Amino acid sequence: MSSSLADLAHQVLDLVRTAAPTAEAAVSADRTEQWLTRFATSFIHQNVADETTSVTLTVHVDGRTTVASTTLTDDAGLRALVERTVGATRLAPLDAAWPGLVPPASLAGTGTVDQSVLAATPDDRAGVVQAFVRAAGGLETAGYCRTKHWTGAYANSAGHFVEGEATSADFDGIARNDGADSAARISSTRMSDLDGAALGDRVGRNARTLASAIELPAGEYEVVLMPEAVADILTNFAFYGFNGKQHNEGRSFARLGEAQFDPAITLTDDPVTPGNIGQPYDAEGTPRGVLSLVDAGVTAAVAHDRRTAAKAEAASTGHFSEGGWGPMTENLVLSPGSTPLPDLIRGVRRGLLVTDFWYTRVLDPRQMTLTGLTRNGVWLIEDGEIGTPVQNFRFTQAYPQALAPGRVLGVGDTAVAQPSRWGLGSWTGPALRLASWNFTGTASG
Amino acid sequence: MSHFDVATVAVQAALDAGARYADARVMHRRTESMNARNGEIEDLTQQEDAGIGVRALVGSGWGFYAVPDLSTAGARLAGQTAARIAAASTQVPGPPLDLVRSPATTASWASACEVDPLGVPLGEKGELLTTATRLMVEHGADLAEGLYQAWDTRKWFVSSEGHRIDQHIRECGGGISATVVGEHETQRRSYPSYRGQYGTRGWELVRELDLTAHAARIAEEARALLTAPVCPAGETTLILGGEQMCLQIHESVGHAIELDRILGWEAAFAGTSWLDLSKLGSLRYGSELMNITIDPTIPGALGSFGFDDEGTPAQARDAVRDGRWVGVLAGRDSAAVAGLDYGGSVRSDGWARLPMVRMTNVGLEPGPHTLEEIIAATDDGILMDFNRSWSIDDRRLNFQFGCEIGYEVKNGKLGRMLRNPTYTGIGPRFWQSMDMLSNETVAWGTPNCGKGQPGQIGHTGHPAAPARFQNVRVGVKA
Repeated sequence: MSSSLADLAHQVLDLVRTAAPTAEAAVSADRTEQWLTRFATSFIHQNVADETTSVTLTVHVDGRTTVASTTLTDDAGLRALVERTVGATRLAPLDAAWPGLVPPASLAGTGTVDQSVLAATPDDRAGVVQAFVRAAGGLETAGYCRTKHWTGAYANSAGHFVEGEATSADFDGIARNDGADSAARISSTRMSDLDGAALGDRVGRNARTLASAIELPAGEYEVVLMPEAVADILTNFAFYGFNGKQHNEGRSFARLGEAQFDPAITLTDDPVTPGNIGQPYDAEGTPRGVLSLVDAGVTAAVAHDRRTAAKAEAASTGHFSEGGWGPMTENLVLSPGSTPLPDLIRGVRRGLLVTDFWYTRVLDPRQMTLTGLTRNGVWLIEDGEIGTPVQNFRFTQAYPQALAPGRVLGVGDTAVAQPSRWGLGSWTGPALRLASWNFTGTASG
Repeated sequence: MSHFDVATVAVQAALDAGARYADARVMHRRTESMNARNGEIEDLTQQEDAGIGVRALVGSGWGFYAVPDLSTAGARLAGQTAARIAAASTQVPGPPLDLVRSPATTASWASACEVDPLGVPLGEKGELLTTATRLMVEHGADLAEGLYQAWDTRKWFVSSEGHRIDQHIRECGGGISATVVGEHETQRRSYPSYRGQYGTRGWELVRELDLTAHAARIAEEARALLTAPVCPAGETTLILGGEQMCLQIHESVGHAIELDRILGWEAAFAGTSWLDLSKLGSLRYGSELMNITIDPTIPGALGSFGFDDEGTPAQARDAVRDGRWVGVLAGRDSAAVAGLDYGGSVRSDGWARLPMVRMTNVGLEPGPHTLEEIIAATDDGILMDFNRSWSIDDRRLNFQFGCEIGYEVKNGKLGRMLRNPTYTGIGPRFWQSMDMLSNETVAWGTPNCGKGQPGQIGHTGHPAAPARFQNVRVGVKA
C-alpha cells in the first residue's frame, strides 16, 4: 500500500531513537496528490495539481513537547528535522497536559480507494467540466472538478503502526441566469459518480426558473433545505457543536444524554465504512470508527483527540486536528429518512425551498447561533407547489434550535455527499423540512 | 544547482512542451507557532517546506503543477506536467489571453527585520504567553489564550520573459484573548485584535505589543460583558473603532475590488463583486472622506512585498479617491482581459498553490479628527470595536458584523458597556454614510484571508482608523 511511507516513518523514528533515546516520538508520513480543474464564465481558467510528501514528527522529552514537519524528505532533510525537533523540545516550555502516545491498536478500516480516481488525467477532469458546461445549455457556468489521493503511514515509539489510503472525487458547479445562480455538488470516492452532463442539465433547468425573483419580507419561514444547505449545518456542528475541546470548556451546546434534537435526527461521523471518504486514523495515530453523535435525537457523544479525551476522562475518538481548533469530525453523515423530496415540498403550505447557505459565521458558540445568507436559489412554496423564485435573505439562527424536538417536519430519503472545503472528508445529508428558519433581513438591506 | 537554476530548468521544460509562457517559483519556508492556554503551553509547532510551482500557458489555458522535488529531473518533470495540464484546459477554452507588461527584472528584496523571530529563545516566547494567559485567569477569564506565529519565506522566481527575482520575507505577530463562560452564552475580549497583530517585521513587533500589560484589562472586560445590557436594536449613529474598521475595509472593499471576482472567475466559490467595470472611474463608492489605497510598499505592513508572485514590482495605487471607485487589485491576465494596464496584486500562500489575485495592503487614508473628537461630536449613538463575527454576501454587498464590545454614546460621552453588539448594512450605502474619520491609523495585519481552490490563506494589511457612520441598523437578534 504505502510501503515507502512506512519506511520513511520508521527511518525517522530510528533517527530519534539515536538522537534522544528516552524520548517519546511519533511520526506521520503523508502523501497527497490533488488535481483540480476550475472553470468560470464557462471556460477552464485554473487547472492545477500538486503532489506533496510530508513528514510530521512529535517529540516529547522530560515533560516538553515539539511538533515539527517538513517536505524535505531526503536523508539530509530528515536528519535536519530530527536534530531540529529534538533540540527545540529540550528548550520548549513544559507541557503539563501531554497525553502520551497512542498504544498499539487495530484499524477499523484502511480507507476506500477507487482506481478510476488514481487513473484520472487532466483530460478526464476537463471532460467532466466540458459535459457540465454543454448541458447547462448556454448559461454561464462555474465550478470545479477535483480528485484527491492520500496515502499515509504512522509509527510511534510505543510500538503502534498503522497505514491507510483513500481517494475522493468532487464536483461543484453553478449555472448563472442574469446574476441568479443555481448549484449542485457531489462528493464520492469514485470518479464515475461525477456525471457532468446530468449535473449541468439540473442546474441549467433550475437556473432558468430563477428569473424575476421577488423580494419577500424578513421573518420566520417554514423551510425545505436541500443537501447543499444541510451540509453547512453539518459543517458548523463539526466546528462548534461536537468539538470535545469546546465541550470541555463549556462553549458547546452539547449536553450528553439529553434529547436535544428531534427524534428524526441521527448523526454519525463515519470515515471508515467502505464507500465513505475519509482517513482511517488521525494525526495522533488513533484509529477511527463510526462515532454516533446523535442517536434518534439524543446527543450521544462529542469528538475527542488524546488531550481533550484525557481532560474529559474519555477515550480519544480519533479526531485530532491541527491549529488549535480542537477535535474535528470531518465525515458527518445525517441519516436519511423515508420521504421523497417532492413529498417534503408537498407538505408545506407556505414556506421556502432553500438550495444553499453562504458565509455562515457563529455569533455565539454556546447557542450555536449563526448569521449567514441564502444562495444559489430560493423559491416560495405555496400549497405544496414550488412557485416564485425569491431573492436571497440574511438569517440569524440557532442551529440546534432549528433541529430541536418537534421542529423537524420531514427528512428526505436520499443523502447526498457534499465536498469538504478542507481535508479529506465530506458532509452527507438529505433534504430537511424544518418548522422555521429565522430570516432577519433581505439581501438588499 | 541554485534555486534559480532549478526554476530555469522548469520554465524551459514547459516551453519545450508547448507553453507560450511559463514561470516557476522555488520557495523555502520555515514557520513557527506557539499557543498557550490558561498559563500552560498547549502547542509548539515548527514547519519547514520547500518545493517548486510551475505555471504554463498553452493557448488561452493555464496549467499549474507543484512538487517538493528540487532536483533537475524533478524540475523538468514539473515544467512538462504544467504544460500538459495547460493543454487539457484548452478542451474548454476561454477567450484569447494576453498578459499585461511586467518589465523583465533581475532583483533581490527583503523585508526589514530587527529581531529574527525564529532566533528568539523558545523559553522567552513561552514565558511571555504563559505569563499573559496566567494573568488573564487571575483576573476572571475562564479561558485565557495566547499565541504567536512567525513565517520566514524565501522565494526565487523565474519567467520565460526574463524575470529573475529573489525575495526574503519575514512576518510575525501574536495576541491574547480572554473568554468567560456564562450560563447561556460566552463573552470574549482580545488584544490587540481577534487573532492578534501581524506584520512583515521581526520579533520587535511582538515586544511592542506588550501583551502582559493588557491581560488583566481584557479579562475584566470580558467578565463585565456577561452582565452588560444587550446592544439595543434599531438605527443609530455608529462609531467603529480601528480594529473593526480593518475588517470592514477587508470584507466590503478589499474583496469587492479583486478583479478576478469582478470578472466572475471566483463565482462558484468565493463569489463575485457588485462592481461593474464599465463604471470604473465614475462609480460613487462612499462619501468624499473615503480614500482607499492599494499599497504593498508600506514598511512593516503584513501585505507588503518587493514583487508579487508574477514578478510585478510593488507599487501604490488608488482604489477609491474622494469616494469614487478608481482602481482594482489585478493580475497580469485579469488586467489584460479587463483592458487595464497594471497588475501587481497576485500572490500564493506557498509553492504548491497557484498565484492568484490577493489583497496587498488595502487601507483607508486617515481623516482630520481624533476618536475623542468624534465621540464628543455625537449626541446619540453606539461605539463598537474588536471583531467577533463576520459575514457578507457573495457580491460583497450585504454584511453583518458582530463586535466583542460596544458602548453607548450620549451627549458626546461614552456611556454603558453593551454586549453582543452587531451591525448590518449594504456596502456603498454604508460607506456613503461615513461623516467623520479619525487620524489615528494603525496598519492592521490579517493573516487568515481565505480564497481559492484548493484553499489558500492570504496575509493582508489594512491601515484603518476609527470612523463614524449615520443611520446604521444595529442589534440584529436571533
